[in-house]
Amino acid sequence: MAEYNTMELMIVVAARNLENGKTVGVGTGAPCAAAMLAQKTHAPDLVIMFEAGGISPQLPTMPISVGDSRTFYRAVMASGMCEIMETCQRGMVDYTFLGGAQIDMYGNLNSTVIGDWKKPKVRFPGSGGANDFASFCWRVMVITPQDARRFVEKVSFITSPGYLDGPGAREKAGLPANTGPHKVITNMAVMGYDEKTRRMRVESIHQGFAFEEVQKNCGFPLLKAEKIVTTPAPTADELRILRTEVDPKRYIIGR
Amino acid sequence: MFEVVAQGQGPLFMDPDADKAREFFRQKARALKGKVMSVKEAVGKYVHDGDYLGIGGFGANRIPTAVCHEIVRQKRKNLIFAGHTSTHDFQILSAGEVFNRCDIAYIIGLEARGLSPNARRYMESGKVEGCEWTNYGMALRFKAAAMGVSFLPGRNMMGTDTFKYSAAKVVKCPFTGKLFCLYPALWPDVAAIHVHEADIYGNCRLRGISIADLELARASKRLIITCERLVHNDAIRNDPTQTVIPYYLADAVCEVPYGSYPGNMPYEYFSDEEHLRLWMQSEEDSEKFKKFLDQYVYWTKDFNEYLDLCGGLHRINELRAQEHLIQNKNDKE
Repeated sequence: MAEYNTMELMIVVAARNLENGKTVGVGTGAPCAAAMLAQKTHAPDLVIMFEAGGISPQLPTMPISVGDSRTFYRAVMASGMCEIMETCQRGMVDYTFLGGAQIDMYGNLNSTVIGDWKKPKVRFPGSGGANDFASFCWRVMVITPQDARRFVEKVSFITSPGYLDGPGAREKAGLPANTGPHKVITNMAVMGYDEKTRRMRVESIHQGFAFEEVQKNCGFPLLKAEKIVTTPAPTADELRILRTEVDPKRYIIGR
Repeated sequence: MFEVVAQGQGPLFMDPDADKAREFFRQKARALKGKVMSVKEAVGKYVHDGDYLGIGGFGANRIPTAVCHEIVRQKRKNLIFAGHTSTHDFQILSAGEVFNRCDIAYIIGLEARGLSPNARRYMESGKVEGCEWTNYGMALRFKAAAMGVSFLPGRNMMGTDTFKYSAAKVVKCPFTGKLFCLYPALWPDVAAIHVHEADIYGNCRLRGISIADLELARASKRLIITCERLVHNDAIRNDPTQTVIPYYLADAVCEVPYGSYPGNMPYEYFSDEEHLRLWMQSEEDSEKFKKFLDQYVYWTKDFNEYLDLCGGLHRINELRAQEHLIQNKNDKE
């Protein structure tokens, strides 16, 4: 069996969740690596979009910024923020990857403050384009380490909407119908969301971990899918492409 | 009448009245006259204490760095800042503590490079009054202003705390009964945008992504253009398809070669990651940062002196090679 590190595993698993011929709004880092890996494996016609305006680039290297010149290198269009976000709002963007300092059982994300908004303990960047992507894209995925300080009962601040407070809440608030959180990919497991309760549930667990460990590193009770499977390990091909073509300088996989 | 079903509690820093904006634009000069001046002169003339300021580009990509430095050097105070896609620009303006109110969409961070320690301290100090938005929400506010209407609808922000601390409103659509978030128009007092080429009148061309600059240019009451190079008006007229900002929007045109440095300028030079790291490291200690700022901003006369301190054309040549993916100049490609 091939050796791999946690970041490599998360990127490979994320890449497998992207389908050929679909569109994905990505940021820098692991999500971008996952989209690039998907393109070079099973999804050559995956369209990558960056919030600052890049559409379907042939990324020569890993971008540093979602607005740097790599994000529209050999792209089909160098557009702007309204073009990208309105394409999402129109319903043409299938996936997005988001992150945050905190996530709760409904997939709500916090990237704004820890503590009281008026007198924050810690101030973070804020929404950026995350709330926009989380509101508009059909399916939202998150790549994050499994850690009870991140997976919290209640986020300090809902920056970007998950299922808010449960079934029907997104639609009731006015967000586009049938959108929302899809998968959470961590170093221990892949979580999805229960259709009835909209709560996070464990669907597959990576080799070497047990449900109890995943639960121990999560600040709220996790539901279980009917059948929890073992995440298939990265293949030698996936690892080779990730290491030699996607991130040869190990910017992301070396973290 | 729209039925308002929810309302953000954040402060609305600027009046969204379209008729008041029209009165301003009625007076704005349309004469085709040369507007070339130094950055020092442009900031002196067009950026006033208390103004609402917008900065073009995307944080450390195609930003008007020289204008940001000059605003700090001239010690502007009590500005309101559009914290929209802002990274290194926010870092510079925070270093000078030039603003005390901020519309927040993306601040403090430098994306994958981490968070600016000083900008974070500044935002946590209580010196700045904030209002939350999103990147697209702010782009919509500029777009509404550019269109000359007092708001535009979007389907984002609803149901979140971002909305709760914004100054947006959720209303019922009079056609479908569904809910939409309304974004109030935002006419900044002044904005600065860096472009590839401009003529002396302010007709501008840019290459690559436009981010929200085309909206920002049209929304702003006054506009400072910095450009990599000045081109003759004939060049503009021979190929008007390329003009993205017409001259009557611009108030000042400043030729600042490498003006997005240490940011990236598409098709010209890549970002200087080493220098951006130096900023971050200097900020870790406030005494060290004060010295850094003196050396690089306060004691430099203009942008050229700053560039020289950072390695000048020698460094720019390296960044040009990076931008064009030339790894070894002697290798066969």
